[in-house]
Amino acid sequence: MSDMGELHSAVDIASHVRNGEAKAADVVEQHLARIADRDGEINAFNLVLTDAARARAADIDAMVTAGHDPGPLAGVPVALKDNMCTRGIPTTCSSKILADWAPPYDATVVTRLRDAGAIFVGKTNLDEFAMGSSTENSAFGPTRNPLDTTRVPGGSSGGSAAAVAADFAPVSLGSDTGGSIRQPAALCGVVGVKPTYGAVSRLGLIAFGSSLDQIGPFTTNLRDAAVALEAISGHDPGDSTSIQQGPLELAPALERGVEGLRVGRITDLPSGASPDVEERLEVAFEALRAAGAEIIDVAVPAFGYGLTAYYLIAPAEASSNLARFDGVRFGMRTAAPDTNSMYTATRTDGFGAEVKRRIMLGTYALSAGYYDAYYGRAQKVRRLISNDFKAAYAKVDVLLTPASPTVAFEIGDKASDPLAMYLCDTYTIPSNLTGDPGMSVPFGTGEHGLPVGVQVLAPALQDDVMFQAAATLERHMQSDEPQSGEPQSDEPQGTEPRNVSPS
Amino acid sequence: MRSVSDTAGTTPTKSERISAADVSKVATLARLSLTDDELTTATAELGAMLDHFADIDALDLDGVEPMMQPTPLANVMRDDIPGETLDRDEVLGQAPLAEDDRFRVPPIIGIEE
Repeated sequence: MSDMGELHSAVDIASHVRNGEAKAADVVEQHLARIADRDGEINAFNLVLTDAARARAADIDAMVTAGHDPGPLAGVPVALKDNMCTRGIPTTCSSKILADWAPPYDATVVTRLRDAGAIFVGKTNLDEFAMGSSTENSAFGPTRNPLDTTRVPGGSSGGSAAAVAADFAPVSLGSDTGGSIRQPAALCGVVGVKPTYGAVSRLGLIAFGSSLDQIGPFTTNLRDAAVALEAISGHDPGDSTSIQQGPLELAPALERGVEGLRVGRITDLPSGASPDVEERLEVAFEALRAAGAEIIDVAVPAFGYGLTAYYLIAPAEASSNLARFDGVRFGMRTAAPDTNSMYTATRTDGFGAEVKRRIMLGTYALSAGYYDAYYGRAQKVRRLISNDFKAAYAKVDVLLTPASPTVAFEIGDKASDPLAMYLCDTYTIPSNLTGDPGMSVPFGTGEHGLPVGVQVLAPALQDDVMFQAAATLERHMQSDEPQSGEPQSDEPQGTEPRNVSPS
Repeated sequence: MRSVSDTAGTTPTKSERISAADVSKVATLARLSLTDDELTTATAELGAMLDHFADIDALDLDGVEPMMQPTPLANVMRDDIPGETLDRDEVLGQAPLAEDDRFRVPPIIGIEE
């Protein structure tokens, strides 16, 4: 082991590995030891890449010894959601239908992280094909929340959120179609970022809802999130939805402060977040106000229609994207005498209940006679939501909402009620529909001492402004520590919960 | 504005919006086979969802331009220059069944009884 003791943040690890003060081999061993110790209980990983990670760490250390710079993520252990293609390494989407498949190519994010010096320690569990909000819909069993193992980590990127919360890796990647990075980040008490749609290449991300999907990082702090997102963002000619510009520039925004920043409070936000979550949101507004931001009331009248628009559009896109899983080119096949019955037998055996439910919902929304009534209308509602956000962003720079309506719920709580599960995404869905960035910042605790995440939203390509506001919330939490000598000038005042659902 | 917890925990009642016959047809289109029990459950679940999604029925959407995707990008083209492709053997090696450099499938035309 190194004399440095254990390094935990990605930025610390990379800077020490780059200047030779720490060995990537030691860093990897420390993380593999924690995984070996605790992942049997947490089940964050579908696959731990023990040998590959050790070999890669040796290569990184050799590079440094030879005088080469491995990159801004030198020696940083990274966990990948198991819907991102890794060449020759199983990529399952936590589905039986892909259980034995190893992709013939790497996702662009995988290539970029490797080029930045990262070390992949494993592939993380998810709700099958990223459909769910609890990581209970996995063919390989649920992931448990490291902070309370009787509770869910959120989903669908629950394995990636849990991996960072349990210190199995300082950085993991998730994908966010309706909140699948931000909601688990909130429930596990870590940072989770969904960047602007098109900012990160989706080449090699197994598609769920192509007009909604976006890849982003989980980390324990904003500086790590900024470095990771800078490394994976930027134009990729292999993804036709990739925005034609260079990598995001985020780190400088962390120091900017929020003096004069206009922070929006949505007056007609759908109610029903629990009182503990509402209370933390109020503290967040107060923290930003105390730091010099202006809090402005804005209306986003169509916000509440997001759930309906999303749950018609996303399943419609999924029903089309998942048509490729037919037992011909990859994954499993159930033998049958002709192709049509083989397709049906394979899909019926290979997909789990939630995936089938969404494929059927989407197929129905797209089918002749119902297309206009469901899919067509949902696309128009999507426009209304987008227009409402544009109008709000004419008045404010960022918006603040809860990331999740509640703290982590118990395993099994919502498993038999699909609609109750879908409502977990109420606050995160709109930014997938609009393509705008959103992130969850850990902001203290609520019921049962479990973490609460505050969601910061910003207009498309203003990811740096989102980080700017988030950094002030992070600083507030750091200064809020009891041992700190900072004056507690930004304590909450008059934080009675507002707009709480009577139910 | 409705609440996040409006429908949570309620038992789906029978919806007028979708019948078991509709669900059965949708399953066939989606190449899924449902048992009788699964059909009953799916009909109730999809009905409850469609009832919930009725909140947009009252919106006046005449003249609203549908939004297909969030970027201003359209018809992204590249120059037609040959490049590296996936390795054929690697791809076929991951298929359920391959033969003579091709994917192998059962007969495309149904077998007569």
